[in-house]
Amino acid sequence: MNYRHQQAAHCESGTASSLLSHHGLAISEPMAFGLSAALSFAYIPFIKLSGLPLIAYRMPPRSVFKGLQKRIGIKMHYETFRNADKGMDALDRALGEGKVVGLQTSVYWLPYFPDAMRFHFNAHNLIVYGKEGNDYLISDPVVEITTRCDAESLQKARFAKGALAPKGLMYFPSHIPTDINYADAGHKALLSNYRIMNGAPLPMIGLRGIRHMGKKIQTLVKNGASEQQTKLYLTHIVRMQEEIGTGGAGFRFIYASFLQELSKILQAEQLAEASLQMTEAGDEWRYFAMLATKMSKNRKTLDTGLLNQKLNECADKEQIAWQTIHRYALRK
Amino acid sequence: MLHTGKRSFLFQLYAPDCRLEYPVMKEDSVPQDNAGTYEGHKRLLYAVDKNGNYDGVQSSGWEVEEYATLTAVDEYNRLTREAFDKATAGISSPLEYHMYAHRMDLALLSQVSGLFQWRIKRHFKPAIFKKLNNKLLTRYSEAMRMNAGDLQKLPDHPAIQFK
Repeated sequence: MNYRHQQAAHCESGTASSLLSHHGLAISEPMAFGLSAALSFAYIPFIKLSGLPLIAYRMPPRSVFKGLQKRIGIKMHYETFRNADKGMDALDRALGEGKVVGLQTSVYWLPYFPDAMRFHFNAHNLIVYGKEGNDYLISDPVVEITTRCDAESLQKARFAKGALAPKGLMYFPSHIPTDINYADAGHKALLSNYRIMNGAPLPMIGLRGIRHMGKKIQTLVKNGASEQQTKLYLTHIVRMQEEIGTGGAGFRFIYASFLQELSKILQAEQLAEASLQMTEAGDEWRYFAMLATKMSKNRKTLDTGLLNQKLNECADKEQIAWQTIHRYALRK
Repeated sequence: MLHTGKRSFLFQLYAPDCRLEYPVMKEDSVPQDNAGTYEGHKRLLYAVDKNGNYDGVQSSGWEVEEYATLTAVDEYNRLTREAFDKATAGISSPLEYHMYAHRMDLALLSQVSGLFQWRIKRHFKPAIFKKLNNKLLTRYSEAMRMNAGDLQKLPDHPAIQFK
């Protein structure tokens, strides 16, 4: 087996990059992320995670593969299972045929994950490239090296229940194009992502969503949230933004890296400029995270006005980048 | 043209919080804080090198992120410990303890087991939990992937993770 493991920042774009590269279409993680137009921001108060609103910095799970199918013409074969044993048999059969397959799993049941990171998140992607005895050979994109996972744990992880239940989802590419038309795919992806960030009809999505979150922090404290509640809320935002899988600043640096790569391929000076502007926005997000943490730790007095102002600055800086991207995309 | 990493003098003057420690994603300023939460692992971040080119850079953790993770873990530990004490005192059933020990809450256990929240809450009462039939016990034990025998009793000590 000549499978080569490659560490990535984010599980889905990392799995996409590794699977496609293994099948002969070399594509970097940022390129896979960018071409699928997966960057986003959403503040969703009616979906709760341990009582806190869902805050997402990217499009919902599976959208990287969906976006890539749409824009670069790969085709994926998906299979889900009602019966866990059948799901494991199908995996063994695929591995027996020499296939390298992607799986959707729950993070909580994977034994090789650091204990502090094991939460019930059901949409983690990883690659299985072989089996030895009772152990599956795993290439988890967010881990530095290849690992192993025993069959029982993998079965638990594949068939975890609850929101986004993976139902044993197993996938591999069934058609891979020989090359990518970067000018066309890039143009469509940039415009589509621009619309997500700027044109959503709801105030909780995109750049407006970022400003909305700033207001929410203020009202939370104004309505008399306790110190502990405020601390949990602020650190929750930081976790969603920084904890494993975002490549820093809630995917903003991955996206900036994508813009830079595309600018080199298409020789587009404007995209290089947009990359720098997106990096500035990312730095602002990192600064916000630092500030919010200091306030949670009581190393700094809680000032929701300042946090709100910072989030508005994040949105302002991203807006500059999106305008540059829009100008570039419309020029075509 | 904007230059990442360089902040104007005026910017620094009017934003005193930002002086010195402003986190800028340059290859050599990617945090390497040896976060305990990573257990020696390294994660990949994206940062620019001195020529302004983006690349993946391994990081051993960032203090800010570590604190956020630990706060979430601590909250579950607190709830687990409280549920353990309540169960020992006979105020609550072991079910509530096992729920938190598995880093679940009422909403999540309801989703995973397919039972209504009010029913689960009812099963938090020790007297009702004791009389629970096997079918319901199996649903809980499958949801938390533990055997029904363990579900009905408490361990000697609360399972406090990562301390």
